[in-house]
Amino acid sequence: MFKRIWAWIQKFSSPKHFYRISGKMIPWFAVPAAVLGVYALYMGLFVAPTDYQQGESYRIIFIHVPAAWMSMFIYMVMAVSAGIGLIWQIKLADMIAAASAPIGAWFAFLALVTGSLWGKPMWGAYWVWDARLTSELILLFLYFGYMALQSAIEDQRTADKASGLLAIVGVVNIPIIHYSVEWWNTLHQGATVAKFDKPSMHIDMLIPLLLMAIAAKLFYAAIVLIRARNEVLYRERNRQWVKELVEKL
Amino acid sequence: MPESESTNTTLLETRQLECVRDDRLLFRDLSINLSEGEILQVEGANGSGKTSLLRILCGLRLAEAGQVLWQGEDVSDVREDYYASMIYIGHLPCIKGDLTTLENIRSLLDTRSQSAPIEEIDAALTKVGLSGFDDVPSKALSSGQRRRILLAFLLLSKTRLWILDEPLTALDVQGVALVESMLMEHREAGGSAIFTTHHGMQLPCEMSSVTLGVQC
Amino acid sequence: MLKAFYHLLARDLRLAFRSRHELANPLIFFVLVVTLFPLAVSPSAEVLRVMAPGVIWVSALLSVLLSLDRLFKQDYEDGSLDQLMLSPNPLVILVLAKVCAHWLLTGLPLVLVAPLLAMFMYVPDEAIGVLMLSLLLGTPVLSLVGAIGVSLTVAVNRGGVLLSLIILPLYIPILIFGANAVDVASDGMSVRGQMLFLGAVLALALSLAPLATAVALRITASR
Repeated sequence: MFKRIWAWIQKFSSPKHFYRISGKMIPWFAVPAAVLGVYALYMGLFVAPTDYQQGESYRIIFIHVPAAWMSMFIYMVMAVSAGIGLIWQIKLADMIAAASAPIGAWFAFLALVTGSLWGKPMWGAYWVWDARLTSELILLFLYFGYMALQSAIEDQRTADKASGLLAIVGVVNIPIIHYSVEWWNTLHQGATVAKFDKPSMHIDMLIPLLLMAIAAKLFYAAIVLIRARNEVLYRERNRQWVKELVEKL
Repeated sequence: MPESESTNTTLLETRQLECVRDDRLLFRDLSINLSEGEILQVEGANGSGKTSLLRILCGLRLAEAGQVLWQGEDVSDVREDYYASMIYIGHLPCIKGDLTTLENIRSLLDTRSQSAPIEEIDAALTKVGLSGFDDVPSKALSSGQRRRILLAFLLLSKTRLWILDEPLTALDVQGVALVESMLMEHREAGGSAIFTTHHGMQLPCEMSSVTLGVQC
Repeated sequence: MLKAFYHLLARDLRLAFRSRHELANPLIFFVLVVTLFPLAVSPSAEVLRVMAPGVIWVSALLSVLLSLDRLFKQDYEDGSLDQLMLSPNPLVILVLAKVCAHWLLTGLPLVLVAPLLAMFMYVPDEAIGVLMLSLLLGTPVLSLVGAIGVSLTVAVNRGGVLLSLIILPLYIPILIFGANAVDVASDGMSVRGQMLFLGAVLALALSLAPLATAVALRITASR
């Protein structure tokens, strides 16, 4: 049983097979992501009730919160697949990790931008050293470190392993960083500052938010597959099957 | 007479090794068999993967595919055992300029958890032509003399398998003769060696060889 | 195994003392950076007292960061690192020895010179002990975590900025708790929680970082 599963994993994770299968999978993620995303945005921006405290500006959370969740989630995916690549020497896992990093960084960046846009009417400044925003900023730095290391090492295999190890070290550190930033924030923060996503959220706000989060996950799945396919083609450019593929075009 | 020992056991063996560097296939399906008392020369042009092969044999570099076996077992499973019985000298000097000859040798032996009495170290230094230099900081030595420190280290380590990457680098004529005689003695004592060199090395004994860079 | 640890530690210390001038550099850097702040901001005691814990901690952190190169760079360049990896001893032990030497040569001197800087920055006397203790617990973590980063970047040309980029985010928790402990102690309050946190992080780093460093070194050597 185990052997069969292993054989299946090996087969699926061979770059050639992955390239074929993933091409068929992409529309199954991309189309629902687009439909769901548009619907959830409509629900969030037009249908959901106005917040009695924050007015209309709260609606940015429909972008901000899913982006923040995604930036975290993608880092986890990255670290797990880097770990798989490191331990079981599965190249595809390394490629997924490498393909995920820029997407995660963009989500982190998006979360920071939307967060500071929200901050202007709420706090009166584009940037406040709020615990969440600060953690997000540090996460963005972790992404930058990963990508910088990945591109600084010329030998692809070494680059994958080195940056993979860094991602794992990062994952061990994230809870510690998160905890210390939260703690630091409670020390320095005045009591009156409004905070993001209060727990008492109206159900009509919550549903679009969750739909948006699902759409973001599907979007990520589609994009990471596209990026991983490019990565596969690039890294296997000297293999026979890629050459045949190119000739067909 | 080593030649008559037909029951020579295999020390180091490789199976279907494949090595890729910077998208270039250096070698594939490389199978080497090194038995006790065998001297193997790795030949090939610059960039044919000689150093990569030696580093793979040491377990420093990971092969794209294939296995390296030490006495029939995968080296990653018997790492401690393997490393206790082999020594690798790369083309880098491994010498600290701020330490004296004696301290350099001692610290090299220390990393292998070995030690040697001072008389033995003196004898080795005399043999490699460094007697009287034991208290000299290594930065004052020439590069040939630094290589000779490594040769003394090689003698003192008393390992069964020598893996030498360009052992003749920076050595003069006497130095080359010294390495040749060391290899002969090592072989007579039942030791094995794998080495690469660009210089012609004339050993008055049987020597196997493997040439890289012909398949591709 | 203990012997291998001891021998490597002794070798690194001996090497460092053979080039003593380099030994002082991180220390001078530390003092120099702290000196910049009164010049840049204001020499007034109230301002400096507020900034002191952060300034001293950030300077210590940068000073350790700049000295990290010393950990593996030379060994990598002269090939000694290969010999360490081919040692029959566990690489983790050897890594620990090297990190230990690094801390003794950079972290410990920072702890010892900290009271002088505390004086420069008008840190109240009762907080000086806490400052030293927080550095004593925190700087080993900086060396341990830094070792991971430096072993990943040692083979990269001009890896210095890259090293800072990947290591500084990981230093943030130590910075927060270290600086805060001094801050709180200046107000005469208990710093037990902060010290426990620093101790816990030290224990965690001590047990995991050498493993990660050993893996990283093998990755670096495999190119």
